Amino acid sequence: MAKQQQPKTSGQRPNQKPNNIRTMQPARGGNQSRNLRQEKSPPAQKNGQPPVKKMYARRFYDYSLLFLIIFLTLFGLVMIYSSSSYSAQLKYGDTGYFMKRQGYIALGGVFIMLVISKINYHFFAKFAVLAYILSYVLMLMVMFTPLGIEANGKKRWLKLGPVQFQPTEMVKIALILLLAVVITEMGVQINKMKALYWIAALTLPIAGLVTKNNLSSGIIILGIAFVMSFVASKLRWPFVACTAAVGVIAAFAGPIATVLEKIGLMQPYQLMRIHVWLNPEAYRQDGGYQVLQGLYAIGSGGLMGKGLGESIQKLGFVPEAQNDMVFSIICEELGIFGAVGIILLFLFMIYRFMLIASNAPDLFGAMLVVGVMGHIAIQVILNIAVVTNTIPNTGITLPFISYGGTSVVFLMMEMGMVLSVSNQIKLQK
Amino acid sequence: MNENQTCHRGKVAVLYFLLSIMMIGLAGRLFYLMIFRSQYYMAKAEDLHQRERTIKAARGRILDRNGIVLADNRTVCTISVIHNQVKEPEKVIQILCDELELDQEAVRKKVEKRSSREVIATNVEKDLGDKVRSWGLAGIKVDEDYKRYYPYDSLASKVLGFTGGDNQGIIGLEVKYEPYLKGTNGTILSMADAAGVELENGKEERIEPVAGNDLITSLDINIQQYAQQLAYETMEKKNAKGVSILVMNPQNGEILALVNVPEFNLNDPFTLDQNLVSEAAKQKAAEEAALGMDNQERRNRMWRNSCVSDTYEPGSTFKIITAAAGLEADVVKLEDRFSCPGFRIVEDRKIRCHKTGGHGGENFLQGMMNSCNPVLIDVGQRLGVEQYYQYFEQFGLKGKTGIDIPGEAATIMHKKENIGPVELATVSFGQSFQITPVQLIATVSSIINGGRRVTPHFGVEARSADHTWIREFTYPLGQQILSEETSETMRFILEQVVAEGSGKKAAVEGFRIGGKTATSEKLPRSLKKYISSFIGFAPADNPNVIALITIDEPEGIYYGGTIAAPVIADLFRNILPVVS
Repeated sequence: MAKQQQPKTSGQRPNQKPNNIRTMQPARGGNQSRNLRQEKSPPAQKNGQPPVKKMYARRFYDYSLLFLIIFLTLFGLVMIYSSSSYSAQLKYGDTGYFMKRQGYIALGGVFIMLVISKINYHFFAKFAVLAYILSYVLMLMVMFTPLGIEANGKKRWLKLGPVQFQPTEMVKIALILLLAVVITEMGVQINKMKALYWIAALTLPIAGLVTKNNLSSGIIILGIAFVMSFVASKLRWPFVACTAAVGVIAAFAGPIATVLEKIGLMQPYQLMRIHVWLNPEAYRQDGGYQVLQGLYAIGSGGLMGKGLGESIQKLGFVPEAQNDMVFSIICEELGIFGAVGIILLFLFMIYRFMLIASNAPDLFGAMLVVGVMGHIAIQVILNIAVVTNTIPNTGITLPFISYGGTSVVFLMMEMGMVLSVSNQIKLQK
Repeated sequence: MNENQTCHRGKVAVLYFLLSIMMIGLAGRLFYLMIFRSQYYMAKAEDLHQRERTIKAARGRILDRNGIVLADNRTVCTISVIHNQVKEPEKVIQILCDELELDQEAVRKKVEKRSSREVIATNVEKDLGDKVRSWGLAGIKVDEDYKRYYPYDSLASKVLGFTGGDNQGIIGLEVKYEPYLKGTNGTILSMADAAGVELENGKEERIEPVAGNDLITSLDINIQQYAQQLAYETMEKKNAKGVSILVMNPQNGEILALVNVPEFNLNDPFTLDQNLVSEAAKQKAAEEAALGMDNQERRNRMWRNSCVSDTYEPGSTFKIITAAAGLEADVVKLEDRFSCPGFRIVEDRKIRCHKTGGHGGENFLQGMMNSCNPVLIDVGQRLGVEQYYQYFEQFGLKGKTGIDIPGEAATIMHKKENIGPVELATVSFGQSFQITPVQLIATVSSIINGGRRVTPHFGVEARSADHTWIREFTYPLGQQILSEETSETMRFILEQVVAEGSGKKAAVEGFRIGGKTATSEKLPRSLKKYISSFIGFAPADNPNVIALITIDEPEGIYYGGTIAAPVIADLFRNILPVVS
């Protein structure tokens, strides 16, 4: 297992000949070998073991994580079927419409994931800048060209020929990749405030573009950058300060939002969401409906739930039950046991990310995994928090479970990268 | 130096720890919502999901005194389509159009409309409903329902009343006894989705309906039918606008018949101008329509029970009251002499007798037999305002009778302080104030039955369909308003009126009949329109039936003694053998 591996092992390309002549760099050494493409640190040595043995060092592959991903995806398909069969029958005359669509895309996604997981992740670094620039291009295309497609009043979709997808999902993975590269290139510079400004400068513009049409994705992007720099940097106070600020804002959300709306910094509909959050039953007609229906579903679940497929709230009461609100249907059908079970599965998944990040061959790998970890964790937490009305309503999907093709494809790519990092971990005999 | 450093591992662990805390916090929030708030949200959700369907309760029947059903229920069907369950829309449309003879376009629109339930037709006969059901088409729902049905159509229409769309009483006994007749609707509680479509295997709770109680009335359908026939004949013969006949038991106030022609068909109560057997009535209807009177207003008039809701000047029949008061107060005796020159001057007014030449000298009994105004004016003056008014109130004339159908009109009487000798004189022979026919018959009954006030009524008892619950309605006799002796004297006087006086035409061979005629001039007097009436009772020594007929605006001979009295004689001739 991962823990048995040597703590300071560096990455090694599969086809690279081990170079046992060069000495290992000290852990906190200089910044000579920043270039990722360059052959890096020598294999770890202990007690002058013959390097030949390394040739046969077994590679790690996180099957636990792979199993988790497949399990959650399949469970997601079951829940999509359960929660959407009613509306699918009404809209498309086929109870399995959403489930099948998601199933095909997930199958393709798993295939892409497996392929990516077998590629050395250093290879992805080549595309970091390209992907980052492409993100801007796609976001601007959504906003300013006729290729951008509006759904439910929000311009979030991009239609390129037969393919239609949400570029914001791509932005997340591109940013993870770019920040991992940048942080690795910075080396010890990352411990300075200036580095954090650089990271902010790279993140904020794209986050701003995304936020324009999709507040929740903007929050996730900021969260990813925050988490990655938190892990990379030795500085503490900027992160503590940020967290404290968010806490204060949350605690006084009502009054602050009112003031912001008064001075024109906030749209009235956003203020309304805050009010709905604070008291959903009083704003039943003005947006409290979805939240309230979700709460009815959750509350109806009770200890044991109504049983799989037995939800009544999914019968047109909870809007788009297979999307953002799918967790409320899980609660209704599977009860507190099912709901907490899902939370535990996600906790376990994040635990696997932590192990892979901790044992990643190099900083680049670790940062990649940390980025993905931040992404998944933030999205899960925000989704459940929205569904339980712990925070104001904002559209966020539950990874692996909610319906959504783009999301699945890019999630699987991220998982492929994490598995790829895990695959570069060498097991010690 | 792209090492994965120890400090990074530490930070990753811290990150994991923080994320775990948040997730555990959310799990805690879930515990709160799903365990402690579960009851609250579950109840709210249940409320949202439950659909209530009513199972109508059968309304209680209305029976006559012999158990003959006057108001019944008929099973009718409501046919509706449930969009989601329709499998063969074309066939459904075709069958519905063919069977129910409906317009194809309208049916198509309803079948194709996306709604939980669309009603196609209501009040469909049960046979037809069964036929539609027998096609067994998915999505067509045939629900059985009750509709009020009156086997005798227009008989006693203004007494029984009818029911509206929700089977609630609208007029008459149907309103008055609504709480007894109504019954308790049952409910089916079922689960439904957001569109209101019932869930196929959702749990269903059923509360059975409780049928309404039957109402047994004092009406006698035979008397009612015969009285109605007489009323129509009279109306036609005298070209009157309307005729009413009230038949009651004077001993206890039970009404045996209340006819108010023209009656209307209770199974079709909204059609105007029904049963207008006389030209005058048709003309009146045409005038109302020509004046642009609102149809609803005209219906209200058609439904109006004039015996209870309309007041009139009773005229000479009221002399019974003046006479009873005079005898009771001992201001007059049967043998007292009076003289009638054809008028009486009271203060500055010359009040005429109906006989222009006058009746000459006569005693009180003869005065009553002649229905002589000056005699009764004298009796009134002897009583004086104070005493007359006191008897007026004592006899129960000031209030309402308390009859058990809605809309009873109150007496219109001068205020005591406004009554001078002239007013007193006119009141004495039944003019210048107004009462309802039912008030007159109740008061006269009380005078001739030994002096006890009766409450006219129809309701005898209410009982549940299975007879396990019975409630008798009691209308106890009121106060003694008159001494037994005076009552006896009055019976004697009134028998003499029929035997040899103005009411001769009411005599029936083999029976002792008492009675009094009246011819009241309608206001304004200049129009020369009359209401002829006669009140009669039998047997004269111990009456068990009393009847009052009023003829509204008869043409030709209009004297009550000539046209009203014979009708009551005819009625008595036919019903007395049965009633006694």
